[in-house]
Amino acid sequence: MAYLELDRVAKQFGAQTVVDDFSLSVGKGEFISFLGPSGCGKTTTLQMIAGFLDPTRGAIRLEGKDLTAVHPAKRGLGIVFQSYALFPHMTAAENVAFGLEMRNVSRGERAERVRAALAMVGLAGYEERHPRRMSGGQQQRVALARALVIKPSVLLLDEPLSNLDAKLREEMQIELRQIQRTIGTTTILVTHDQNEAMSLSDRIVVMSQGKIEQIGTPQETYEKPASAFVSQFLGKTNDFAGTIDQTVAPTQLVAGSWRAPAPAGLGGPVTVSVRPERIGFGDTGLSAKISTRIFQGNHWLFQCDSECGPAIVIRQNDGKAQPAEGDAVRLTWQPADMSVRARAGA
Amino acid sequence: MSMAVEERSTRAPWALTAPALMLFVGVLLIPLAMTVMLSFHDWGQYKGIEPVFILKNWHEIATDPYYAEMFWRTFRIAILTTLLTALLGAPEAYILNRMSGRWKSFFLLVILGPLLISVVARTLGWALLFGGNNGLVNKLLMSLGAIRSPIPFMFTETGMVVALAHVMMPFMVLSVWAALQRLDPQIENAAMSLGASPATIIRRIIMPQIMPGVLSGAIIVFSLSASAFATPAIIGGRRLKVAATLAYDEFLNTLNWPLGAAVATLLLVALVLIVVGSNALIERRYAEVFR
Repeated sequence: MAYLELDRVAKQFGAQTVVDDFSLSVGKGEFISFLGPSGCGKTTTLQMIAGFLDPTRGAIRLEGKDLTAVHPAKRGLGIVFQSYALFPHMTAAENVAFGLEMRNVSRGERAERVRAALAMVGLAGYEERHPRRMSGGQQQRVALARALVIKPSVLLLDEPLSNLDAKLREEMQIELRQIQRTIGTTTILVTHDQNEAMSLSDRIVVMSQGKIEQIGTPQETYEKPASAFVSQFLGKTNDFAGTIDQTVAPTQLVAGSWRAPAPAGLGGPVTVSVRPERIGFGDTGLSAKISTRIFQGNHWLFQCDSECGPAIVIRQNDGKAQPAEGDAVRLTWQPADMSVRARAGA
Repeated sequence: MSMAVEERSTRAPWALTAPALMLFVGVLLIPLAMTVMLSFHDWGQYKGIEPVFILKNWHEIATDPYYAEMFWRTFRIAILTTLLTALLGAPEAYILNRMSGRWKSFFLLVILGPLLISVVARTLGWALLFGGNNGLVNKLLMSLGAIRSPIPFMFTETGMVVALAHVMMPFMVLSVWAALQRLDPQIENAAMSLGASPATIIRRIIMPQIMPGVLSGAIIVFSLSASAFATPAIIGGRRLKVAATLAYDEFLNTLNWPLGAAVATLLLVALVLIVVGSNALIERRYAEVFR
């Protein structure tokens, strides 16, 4: 049975629908990311789980019990806010102890759990510091300890790493994943950073304009994007206009001078999506001219003008000679590496 | 070359601040010094002011219980006014801060409104409402049978505190509001998610953070109330004098300028000590939180 369940949840502000028909089952201990651009409704969904907003329609259930009927103060969820929202007039230890105090945990046990929580996030010895005397990364750890010390049924993270610089963010990602694995708390992360979502989560919920575009493991969403939006939002991709030629048998998929046996169940105009790292230079295929070649250490980045529009190609730097700018090349890829969708409006 | 540059760099700031500095010295420091000097001069009914150095005025203020009563009343009124504005102004600012856009700007204007009207007009308004048997509110309450005799307002300390609190409210509200602006917008949600009730959130999370705002508002309100002239003059008149109206009377009615100067100087010194002292206390108390 699902641990946390969102059943056709929707939220409207006046006439504007911010979240629509959002259904998701989260297993116990799972790490889920809500991924999407700003304004896609991911934070609104998180706030509905937290109870700061009430859903207009639909139900949210935790272990089968209706969560929307429970006051946010009684839900027992741990939340880390984007701004951390630490209490500036309290020390790190007092911040962490606040939730335990509200639960009437005895003084002795409180001190022990606060100490353990701060040690877990690597802040042993910082108990008496005030938040304003701590770095962004340290404040973030205090916020995490404060959310985890109450042993929450679900941990909600609202863009917790977006205020950190790139290097610290990467470190925190690894640490966050390790902590979550160790204590096994069911976690929902809201982020607009696809790398963050992919490196942290068991499953990603890709959202756009209040709707779920795809739910899947990081690999599934990257390799088999369910829509053009997903393929473009998760990493770079090339979209080529193609057609399925049904005049020949077996039917053929044609994009420019590239052709392959057509996948079953499609006909007419289609969009062919191929990741740049899956395209190679061959003797046959899409004819193109290299307009720019950029060396990036471990790989080469080529921008090409192909007969089906601009294309990006990434090749590993394996020490072999690479085509130069202005060279005419043929772009080719394995049929298994592309995803083909019916093209609307053509 | 470098000498010239150095010379210019030390002279330029003085030259640039000279106009403002001269204005400051000319209209503030010199009259202030003259007032202090005046307080040591002698005065007699027939001989007028004699520019000698004596401690007569200061001795009179220190020994005559009349002056002690005056100053005690001044600070009692100022303290009560400060408490009243804090008690009403802090919740007012909190509610204002939680309002949505259009209502917020409307009520901000309502709160700032008193500042746009002359103190005299505002105080006379209070007098019209509560002044004796003819005050509007008193008349209404009496005709309704709610009260038998008019609520005493004119020439009472209560009346002065109420009228002063009305005048001073914007300073308290704005000061607390500024502190509220610094609050993390998610802080109440954070406390709530940890299990805090609304009352606990106000007491444990909001109050400690807006305290510096309340206290700096209190310093402004206190010093303005203690040195206020127009409101005490209209509500209290001759019957209920405070330090400011006392100094005025000494200057313009008794014509005992040196004694008036001594009263004014004492008020100034007392206020400066109180304000500087409490400011230092606040800064030390909240140093950790608001650097």
